[in-house]
Amino acid sequence: MIEIGKILRSARLVAVLATALAISACANQNADNAGGAGGGGMGAGSASTPGSQQDFVVNVGDRVFFETDQTELTALGRATLDKQAQWLTNYSQYAFTIEGHADERGTREYNIALGARRAQSTRDYLISRGIQANRMKTISYGKERPVAVCNDISCWSQNRRAVTVLNAGS
Amino acid sequence: MINDQFHFNRRSLLLGAGALAGALPILMPRKAGAALRVEITQGNPQPMPIALPEFVAGSPGEAEIVRTVTSIISNNLQRSGLFAPINPAAFTEKITNSDSVPRFPDWRVINAQALVTGRMTRQGDGRLKAEFRLWDVFAGQQLDGKQYFTTTDNARRIAHIISDAIYQTLTGEKGYFDSRVVYIDETGPKDRRIKRLAIMDQDGAGTRYLTRGEDLVLTPRFNPSTQEITYMSYGQADPRVYLLNIETGQREIVGNFPGMTFAPRFSSDGQRIIMSLQQGSNSNLFVMDLRSKQTTRLTDTPAIDTGPCYSPDGKYICFESDRGGSQQIYVMPATGGPAQRISFGEGNHSTPVWSPRGDFIAFTGQSRGQFSIGVLKPDGSGERQLTAGFHNEGPTFAPNGRVMMFFREQGPGPSLYTIDVTGRNEQKVPTPSLASDPAWSPLLS
Repeated sequence: MIEIGKILRSARLVAVLATALAISACANQNADNAGGAGGGGMGAGSASTPGSQQDFVVNVGDRVFFETDQTELTALGRATLDKQAQWLTNYSQYAFTIEGHADERGTREYNIALGARRAQSTRDYLISRGIQANRMKTISYGKERPVAVCNDISCWSQNRRAVTVLNAGS
Repeated sequence: MINDQFHFNRRSLLLGAGALAGALPILMPRKAGAALRVEITQGNPQPMPIALPEFVAGSPGEAEIVRTVTSIISNNLQRSGLFAPINPAAFTEKITNSDSVPRFPDWRVINAQALVTGRMTRQGDGRLKAEFRLWDVFAGQQLDGKQYFTTTDNARRIAHIISDAIYQTLTGEKGYFDSRVVYIDETGPKDRRIKRLAIMDQDGAGTRYLTRGEDLVLTPRFNPSTQEITYMSYGQADPRVYLLNIETGQREIVGNFPGMTFAPRFSSDGQRIIMSLQQGSNSNLFVMDLRSKQTTRLTDTPAIDTGPCYSPDGKYICFESDRGGSQQIYVMPATGGPAQRISFGEGNHSTPVWSPRGDFIAFTGQSRGQFSIGVLKPDGSGERQLTAGFHNEGPTFAPNGRVMMFFREQGPGPSLYTIDVTGRNEQKVPTPSLASDPAWSPLLS
């Protein structure tokens, strides 16, 4: 991030473009941390290539967040999944994995089951929006794959998530 | 995958034990009913002062090994919280022959209640002979005396076995020092944590790694009767429960389930593995017989049922479930059937584990943003909190049911701690790096 900042400053790019690039870099890093397969494979492309994995991550949003110890989708989560469903309908070549995660404020075994429920809620919603079940699988990482690593609420809320990871080989 | 260097083989310890009683005169028998005894069940504010002069080396070649063995015994007894080893600088008698009767007045004057003397001698065949005698200083009498033969590389185990003998004579209960702990070794930053299966002596010494860290591994558990562990791993395919023989390195997936399996634990007889199977939004309990490979469903609820554990007699299963709206502990017959909630204290109760003595179920408690370790009786009464803080999780009992180990998240990550079931004597367990998910083995001998 520091390096990108320097490049942007020296190049004096317009603010709008700088913001877009910064988000792209962040999202890419998060997808890697989440243990997903996304990013490196076919169709990675840049955020401005429609139908690319970066297009999905940056312009659609690859993840939804949950309230503490909850597995119901929030209104914001449903809106994100509506956009995901639209995109996945347009680009039907992609198979994908839904990764369910929990924050670290729970016990290990329960969090594995909780992450599985979050992935399942996400899956069920996408199916209800017309996405074929055979394109998706689910996995739970429990509290094992945090993306935010501080020990307070701001981080825990980012870790309670379900991430739609496009399969690299799709 | 498996570290081939490490084969943990109980049978390889050629251990002979013999009594050393009778050879020495009994001088001043203590009055009947006044036996030297540490009271183990109560909060014991006064640990018993015990003198552990360095064992006698049979020849200069054993000088280092006697130092190691004596210090392991001293450390074990001190960490138990029941004994206070006396600083050797205070000793006036130098023990040069462990076959002769100590000068008891010299030990009484420094207020030693018990005295341990010993000797290690290399035999003609290269084996090591270890002898010890335990003395009641004020009665002037030998309480115990044993000798063992073993190979040099088993010196640590001899020290643990002697520690257990002393503990048993002075407390009247079996010890727990000759045991091991399997746990998860953690390295790397929190968002790229590498987790490896690891095994160590209960005192934190001698860690060996059983996996190399390519796959995420969680919640290892010991088989109560064989050298096997079961754990959860994110292998090449979906996350599954695995069975690992730590003697042979043989590894297999447990059962042929259609989804993620997790939270495994052995039955008390070691013949079955009970675990959770994810089915859609729910997790239910299943048991698999390791011989017939037959699987049986035990629960079928629209809930998260996990953390199963058998009672030591094998008749009951305790587990956690959110079927009532929050994580609480339930008990049901081992064959399944109606489950009864037993935890009604404040907050959530999870990760239940039955004491080998049968008297308590330990758990992780969550309330008001704090994570605690607690115990309650199997009928739900007598709930007690032993330690609480930002994050304490996953208790496991020592083989004698008197001590528990758990992990605590603090600063850079998790570490292992022990605490007595009384709630006293909390101690950090030294590990090479961050450590979580401990599981205590049965006694090895």
